[in-house]
Amino acid sequence: MKTLGNFLLNLLKENPVFGLYLGICSTLAITTNLDNAIGMGVSVLIVLTISNIMISSIRKITPDEIRIPVYIIVIATLTKAIELLIKAFAPTIDAALGVYLPLIVVNCIILGRAEAYASKNNIWKSTLDGLNMGLAYTLSLAAMSIIRQILADGVLSLNNPFNSTLIFQINIIPAEYRIAIFKEPIGAFLTFAFLAAGVAAIQNATAKKAEVK
Amino acid sequence: MAGLITLFISNVVISNVVLTKFLGMCPLLGVSRKSSSAVGMGLAVIFVIVGASIFTWTLYYTVLVPLNLQYMDLITFILVIAAFVQFVEMFLKKYSPALYKALGIYLPLITTNCVVLFVTLDNIIQGFDFVHMLVYSTAVPTGFMLVLYIFSTIRERLDQSNIPNAFKGNPIALIVAALMAAIFTSFAGLV
Repeated sequence: MKTLGNFLLNLLKENPVFGLYLGICSTLAITTNLDNAIGMGVSVLIVLTISNIMISSIRKITPDEIRIPVYIIVIATLTKAIELLIKAFAPTIDAALGVYLPLIVVNCIILGRAEAYASKNNIWKSTLDGLNMGLAYTLSLAAMSIIRQILADGVLSLNNPFNSTLIFQINIIPAEYRIAIFKEPIGAFLTFAFLAAGVAAIQNATAKKAEVK
Repeated sequence: MAGLITLFISNVVISNVVLTKFLGMCPLLGVSRKSSSAVGMGLAVIFVIVGASIFTWTLYYTVLVPLNLQYMDLITFILVIAAFVQFVEMFLKKYSPALYKALGIYLPLITTNCVVLFVTLDNIIQGFDFVHMLVYSTAVPTGFMLVLYIFSTIRERLDQSNIPNAFKGNPIALIVAALMAAIFTSFAGLV
């Protein structure tokens, strides 16, 4: 229970997206609905975890001067593999994510974790770190996409990405009260700004509490 | 010719890479605090993107396609970009110290700028020929520089204004970006 509490606290305090502003490009671009957010989040989760494992296992034989190119090749290879797998098994996700799928390579979260964590810690710890960060990223994407989808489409739905059957769908806002602007870039920036401000407010509050103690 | 001009204008203002495709957000939030550094960063990005596009486009059609290795595009491109940036940095350091001083600190940041990889990949996805590729890869970073510059002038003002605590720093910058995105949508009728 304590670890779960820590995990949730970390999710707010050290959130990679809303706290550290890593990987925002894809966050803003693909969070128009929950399907895309989950697809992107899980892809990043897989790439991040495997790249952490690989980089951690070669950390002792990687020369320090060329470590960044080595990391980039590892990440690019994994990203291409994921891209080809998604093209083959989940074509709807591939069509929705488009060019943002290969752009996982330049997602700062992955290179950032490789440099800051996996290159210094053992394989087991790096695996956990990859899963943790990937999950935090997926949840952040999901949170943002839920807000945008409900405000813009008035419904919350999730499709099975492999055969595009509907898993669930809830109608929340009637058609005449929907705010279509949240599907547009403006809505993406606004939603992100308010979520980031919320996270900052929580961080400020906990920092103040720590000061009082 | 008219097609090329349309391509240029529509990629600078209408489907602006920052405000409609959300690429290059990291430098936008990181470097855009001073307008002088925004111009420096913008020029460096234009130079790298045009150079890297010429390299990757040629490489794709003369090496990867004849050998049936199209699936290696991502790995090849990212390596070309990283090597090209490194090369430009070394070249400037040796032959043009003045320019190096002006652009130098931005160059290493560009490798991880997603706009570069996006443009090189999109050149292939859109199936551009050489001339269209050149125009496209000039237009996209020009749009990036335009937004970066406007953004930095607004942020210089923001530093002196009274902002709620939670919105200080990046959140207010994102609100500004939202308003700019709203303004830029009105360019849609231009072409």
